[in-house]
Amino acid sequence: MAINHPPTFPELQAEAQRRWQGLTGGGRPWIRVGAALCGKAAGADAVLEAIDAALKQHGVDAQVSKVGCLGLCYAEPLVDVQWPGGPRVFYGNVTPQMAGEIVATHAASGTPATHLALGALGGRDDDGLPDLNRLPMRAREVRIALRNAGNIDPGDIYHYIANGGYGALHKALTQMTPEQTLEEVNASGLRGRGGAAFPTASKWKFLAGSKAPVKYILCNCEEGDPGAFNDKAILESDPHTVVEGMVLAGYATGASNGYIFIRHGHEGPIRRAQDAVRQAQELGLAGTNILGSKYSFQLEVALTGDSYVAGEETALMDAIEGKRSMPRFRPPFPAQVGLFGKPTNINNVKTLAYVPEIVAKGGQWFAGIGHEKSTGTAILCLTGALQWTGMVEVPMGITLKDVVYEVAGGIPNGKKLKLLQTGGPLGGVLSADKVDLLLDFEVLRAAGAIMGSGGIIAADEDACVVDLTRALIAFCQYESCGKCFPCRMGMGHLLEVLERICRLEGSPEDLALMRSIGENMQAGSLCGHGQLGFNPVSSALKFFGPEFDAHIKDHCCPTGRCQEPRFSPRSSRR
Amino acid sequence: MDGLRQRIIEAVHHQPQPTVTVLSSLLAVEDELGYIPKEAVEEVATFTRSTINDVWAVASFYPNFRFLPPCEHRVELCWGPTCHLKGAMPLIQAVLQAVGLPEEGDTPDGRLSLRYNTCLGACAQAPVISVDHHLMGRLSPQAAQDAVTQVLRSGANGTSHSRSGHGH
Ligand SMILES: Cc1cc2nc3c(=O)[nH]c(=O)nc-3n(C[C@H](O)[C@H](O)[C@H](O)COP(=O)(O)O)c2cc1C
Ligand code: FES
Repeated sequence: MAINHPPTFPELQAEAQRRWQGLTGGGRPWIRVGAALCGKAAGADAVLEAIDAALKQHGVDAQVSKVGCLGLCYAEPLVDVQWPGGPRVFYGNVTPQMAGEIVATHAASGTPATHLALGALGGRDDDGLPDLNRLPMRAREVRIALRNAGNIDPGDIYHYIANGGYGALHKALTQMTPEQTLEEVNASGLRGRGGAAFPTASKWKFLAGSKAPVKYILCNCEEGDPGAFNDKAILESDPHTVVEGMVLAGYATGASNGYIFIRHGHEGPIRRAQDAVRQAQELGLAGTNILGSKYSFQLEVALTGDSYVAGEETALMDAIEGKRSMPRFRPPFPAQVGLFGKPTNINNVKTLAYVPEIVAKGGQWFAGIGHEKSTGTAILCLTGALQWTGMVEVPMGITLKDVVYEVAGGIPNGKKLKLLQTGGPLGGVLSADKVDLLLDFEVLRAAGAIMGSGGIIAADEDACVVDLTRALIAFCQYESCGKCFPCRMGMGHLLEVLERICRLEGSPEDLALMRSIGENMQAGSLCGHGQLGFNPVSSALKFFGPEFDAHIKDHCCPTGRCQEPRFSPRSSRR
Repeated sequence: MDGLRQRIIEAVHHQPQPTVTVLSSLLAVEDELGYIPKEAVEEVATFTRSTINDVWAVASFYPNFRFLPPCEHRVELCWGPTCHLKGAMPLIQAVLQAVGLPEEGDTPDGRLSLRYNTCLGACAQAPVISVDHHLMGRLSPQAAQDAVTQVLRSGANGTSHSRSGHGH
């Protein structure tokens, strides 16, 4: 690419429009296949092969794109076909055989396979196709960070630009000072989506206040929370919204460098992020003198090994420096002494993914969505005992009840909801009678749960709370980095006690013992892993005390789950 | 041995990203070889101007590194909470039984390495396993068992152990 003569932004937009028109209104059908992590797990690769074979067999010329995650994971593999100028017709739970049929009818002749269709976008009232946006899982959605996910080819920067991408960066660089850019984020009320819900603009101001020539913006996609996959899904589905968000964060704070930090092994998100960074640099949207301006921001992707604690902000910096990912003492805070000793700001993927739309549409617009001090949307991963599992972006302030019973369709197989596990393994459980709570940082925290990274795991009456708590603590024990002994030993001790209770050999003193271990962990640990690691136990005890009593006093596991075999890694980092 | 050292040096010296560290170098070796031989620890120490001790410290911290040559096939079984609730334990039991292992580890014939994974990132399709880096979801214990026995039947080089998909 012409790095010496980067195209102007209007030129890029015109080229992007030309390409996009060719796809949606050109002479041939466009077939999009969800091929992100969860599409793959549902069998997208076999479907892609079947589509290719059917296209050859019927002699059909079509554009086939692998797109990211539309959020309807329960309906994966998800395929949609758009006949030139026609509606986008979605087919769910596609088997290779169905794929052949869809190609033979819709892609070959333009007639949608109505009996197989899940719904359509851009259809007519009389075409016999339900509106996809009326599906309960989509009806409540407000898509900001996920606006492109599932719609564009994440490997093609022009798809992003054709849908308004990099417009916010162009606007900021040509019409706004860094201070004004930061002020938009301030006005939006945006708070971090990585767990602590800290106001993003306040954090950015610390960094902007430093005059150091080298300053870092880090994008945290460690995402070790089991049950949450939205960070990986965003990077895999729309990596450029993260890249643009990072460059904007850099501009607002005067940062010189950025890293996108991902766990090794998650090939999809890693590849997408690397490609996006390279493409943005080639087109002058990242790197030196961005869009011909004086602003430069160097960006790269850094990988970590398997480590949950590597997602903690100071441990993350050690991992990028190539060390064991263990948390650092604070102060000094990262904004003063961070990565390689330089001032540093860390944000979650989701936080940064909002930034382009906030800058494009204004902070007030974002602040108008949501509930009180929890502005904007929540990006939720709905998993477990739910009719429809997947990823949704809904306004903050919606009730958990609406999420569970409306968006996710309730509990399947005629079972009843028993509990929700929110906020990852350091979060807590909420009993089913708490579903009237609003999705709001403060409301959830007051109830003893947290939003965390947006994972909501539902369990029905078949689940045993003691068994689930043991599983969560097994995770926390395995993932303790070992630096602070109250965490390292406390987690091990908690696990021992919980194992004992699961074997129905617990004693009444065990509950007090666990509480005192928990207090020590909280008081004596450097990072949230030890400080919050007792949450699974304390919240379970709060809502499900009688179930612990049944195990301890009556030597009985009411659900029988504790009789099942238990497997977890034997050793950890100790 | 020379060939091994050559591959290590190639991998370590040709990392595409600007920031090169002990960890990034170890990951590059793991991508290339599927394990960290002691020669790699030496080369990474030399290349990053650190000590053998420091490199071991990093390598031994992250459980994704292994120190023995990889098996022909690699299966990961998710034991994360969503998968746990959706039946990961009976599934793991069935797979362990099928391959004759009491817990995670390598089969004695070196054909299969079986690991637990804290979350494979496709929780909406729980329970999830990964067979030679292909994710498979919504599996019954029987289906998981079949998938693993099938890959073992597929012979030596049907699907390679080399982590060729990674990091390129
Ligand atoms: C043990 C532990 C693990 C964490 N893992 C993550 C993670 O995977 N992703 C993330 O964004 N934040 C994680 N955090 C929170 C980060 O420390 C940090 O608060 C966050 O990345 C800041 O981004 P935000 O302001 O955009 O929320 C973790 C914290 C702890 C204590
Ligand atoms: S918990 Fe199993 S894939 Fe996430």
